[in-house]
Amino acid sequence: MEQDNESKPSLGLMALGALRHQVVSITIVMLLLWVILWWMSPYFLTVNNILEITLQASVTAIMAAGVSFVIYAGMIDLSVGSIFAMAAVGGGLAYHWTAKAEFGTGASVLASLAVTIAIGAAAGILNGLGIVVFRIPAFVVTLGMMGIARGIGFIICGGVPIYGLPKAYTEIGQGKLGPIPIPTVITLILFVAFYFVLRNTRFGRFTYAIGSNAEASRLSGIKVNFMIPMIFLICGACAALSSIIEAARLGTMQPAGGNGYELQAIGSVFIGGASISGGEGHIFGTLIGALLVTTIRNGLNIYGVSAFWQLVANGLIIIFAVAADQIRKRR
Amino acid sequence: MDENDAILKFEDTSKRFPGVLALSNVSFAVEKGTVHALVGENGAGKSTLIKILTGVHKQSSGRVLYQGRDLHFGDPHQALLAGITAIYQELNLAPTLSVAENIFLGHLPKTGADTVDWAAMRAKSRDLLSFLDGEVDPNALVRSLGVAKKQVVEIAKALSMDARIIIMDEPTAAIPKKEIDTLFRIIRMLREKGVTIIYISHHIDEVFEIADRVTVLRDGRVVETRNTGEIDEPELIKLMVGRELTKQYPYHPGAPGAEVLRVENLSRRGVLHGISFSLRAGEVVGVSGMVGSGRTELLRAIYGIDPISSGAVYVNGAARRFKAPRDAIEAGIALLPEERKTSGLVLLMSVMDNIGLPSLQKMSTRGVMRDRELARTSERMRSLMNIRTPSLRQRVMNLSGGNQQKVVLGKWFARDPKIYLFDEPTRGIDVGAKVEIYNLMNRLKEQGAAILMVSSELPEILGMSDRVLVMREGRIAGEVPRERLTQEAVLKLAIGGEKI
Repeated sequence: MEQDNESKPSLGLMALGALRHQVVSITIVMLLLWVILWWMSPYFLTVNNILEITLQASVTAIMAAGVSFVIYAGMIDLSVGSIFAMAAVGGGLAYHWTAKAEFGTGASVLASLAVTIAIGAAAGILNGLGIVVFRIPAFVVTLGMMGIARGIGFIICGGVPIYGLPKAYTEIGQGKLGPIPIPTVITLILFVAFYFVLRNTRFGRFTYAIGSNAEASRLSGIKVNFMIPMIFLICGACAALSSIIEAARLGTMQPAGGNGYELQAIGSVFIGGASISGGEGHIFGTLIGALLVTTIRNGLNIYGVSAFWQLVANGLIIIFAVAADQIRKRR
Repeated sequence: MDENDAILKFEDTSKRFPGVLALSNVSFAVEKGTVHALVGENGAGKSTLIKILTGVHKQSSGRVLYQGRDLHFGDPHQALLAGITAIYQELNLAPTLSVAENIFLGHLPKTGADTVDWAAMRAKSRDLLSFLDGEVDPNALVRSLGVAKKQVVEIAKALSMDARIIIMDEPTAAIPKKEIDTLFRIIRMLREKGVTIIYISHHIDEVFEIADRVTVLRDGRVVETRNTGEIDEPELIKLMVGRELTKQYPYHPGAPGAEVLRVENLSRRGVLHGISFSLRAGEVVGVSGMVGSGRTELLRAIYGIDPISSGAVYVNGAARRFKAPRDAIEAGIALLPEERKTSGLVLLMSVMDNIGLPSLQKMSTRGVMRDRELARTSERMRSLMNIRTPSLRQRVMNLSGGNQQKVVLGKWFARDPKIYLFDEPTRGIDVGAKVEIYNLMNRLKEQGAAILMVSSELPEILGMSDRVLVMREGRIAGEVPRERLTQEAVLKLAIGGEKI
């Protein structure tokens, strides 16, 4: 009855096994896409354009890194796009207030960055507390926060975008370390750090455990009600960090900014192989996912496809990424 | 018996829920380093007892002494720390994590830098696992393991917490016979190490095989606590149900009528190969075979859940092609699935809604339900099937396994199908309710329904079938008529003629 699987796996089988790993397969898909785009336009596969893509991807990637924690823990966060705007605008106001007090530009920029991150973290904690205190699904709480944060963003700046950022701030988005854009460097550091956190810390392992079986985690003594607010804190703080990159690149904070970014961030995580039901996923999958989403956008830009169609493409990507996960599970 | 050897003592323990006395003055002792079985019908109070032990509930009155001290657990985690672990039927593991991580989930080993010490975790897991069952790899994902191996992981997890009492709730319900022997070997090893096992099972034979002592619960009271050597099977069953079960398998020969279902050369690539048989009105045909022989898959293919690659299904002589279960239902076929809780019922809905589910079309006018008709039908099913529920509006999840199965039967019976496909009809159901299900089967048979019954419990197959189809590797290995129906005859076909 039982079959012996002792025979040595052949090279082909090993390759197949690796292919089943989503990070590997999605990387291959992305490289294929790059080759196609390069074949269609030699301009595409230049060092400059590749670096440009990593720069463009950084905002999505950083936001998606935070969303990854939430999705690995079996939940969802729809509010990151709105938190993005609220945190950016709050930081912009903090810059102008402290600039008036003349502590020096450096101090004002630091204050602005701190306020932005703090707002993102606080909004995230509130998301998490809403989930554990009221015992309602993350989907509902973060849908509420999506409206709340967007509204507060508009309220605090009176709907007027903030300009006049100093070079010390914009350098974060526009500067380079050698040939490499600073946002690309920040993104890489963040992902390596998160890789370590998810793999080697109790916090990271508990994140997966909660997503895999919350009841078993609770019974094993994991403080689920503490973990969930912390997971959302990371998510909110990442949304805020991504808003800093964008503000620095554009030199402005927009209360209407970040609109629809949650779509790209969530899409990146699912493309990266995370399961909709939680418990699995690889943070570097998310990074590749973000690069893929951006590549598609970049490619569509080169061919002059309108931004409206790009939205459609984004939505389709999410659906197909999750469908692929379901198909893999059925096997 | 020396009183001092008791690791656990219940003294006049009662537990009251609003409107129900779940445990009433329960008193008995569990000796250290023994296997103590807890038996009783569903609703006898076994689960309440366990929930008190594991800190989920607190007794309303009386005492529970653990190692001579009063037991006070605020939550399940404290019970774990104190050395009491329960392994439930629905295993509490994180499927996407590795075996090692599951074992150490609540207490991951740390390095000096306060990160997870993977090396130590793997090494310790390997030690625990090699003691229990050398085949489990600490790096494997729990998802990839079978139920039996998952149990090993749960046991390893308990040992990693230094468990002194391990409670096992129906551990053999979902594992094949071969794995049961492994489990029993592990249980005996644990007992030798001084671990106390509280063993809950509906399988009386297992109780005699593995337990040193047995406590019988009925209606929240302790009926008896005995050494297993001092009691025999019929007596124990009598204590459990409170009456003598004259016949565990109330078989009626009946009079088979015309052929209602014929399956010809049915194949599903890689799963079923050239299956042919027929089913007549008023007969029960058992389907036996090892796990993985294609029994469940056969039912699924007939019912239109899985597509068939070739072959034909005839209902009342007419060839039918079912593209979806709905077509099969329309043709008068009902399936009682193996996974009662996930496939057979909507647990969150009421008894009435569940019964109405397949008949909504019949019981509605232009899409609007005729409530009174539904209530009438449900009431009729309740009395016909003897469904014990305080109200038809009660959620099905609150009923015992036996009563849930009766709801599944009732929901189909309301449509009056002529062909019933039963998949493990009495799995996880206590002795008394089993007999009720068998009596209902007899009744269906008398009314001219045909029943195809898949079961891994051989006594059930032998006890209730008019004839038995034995499957092996997706094929019908042979058919055994009632006159020649013996365990050996079935097993020989199931295994393939080799020695058993």
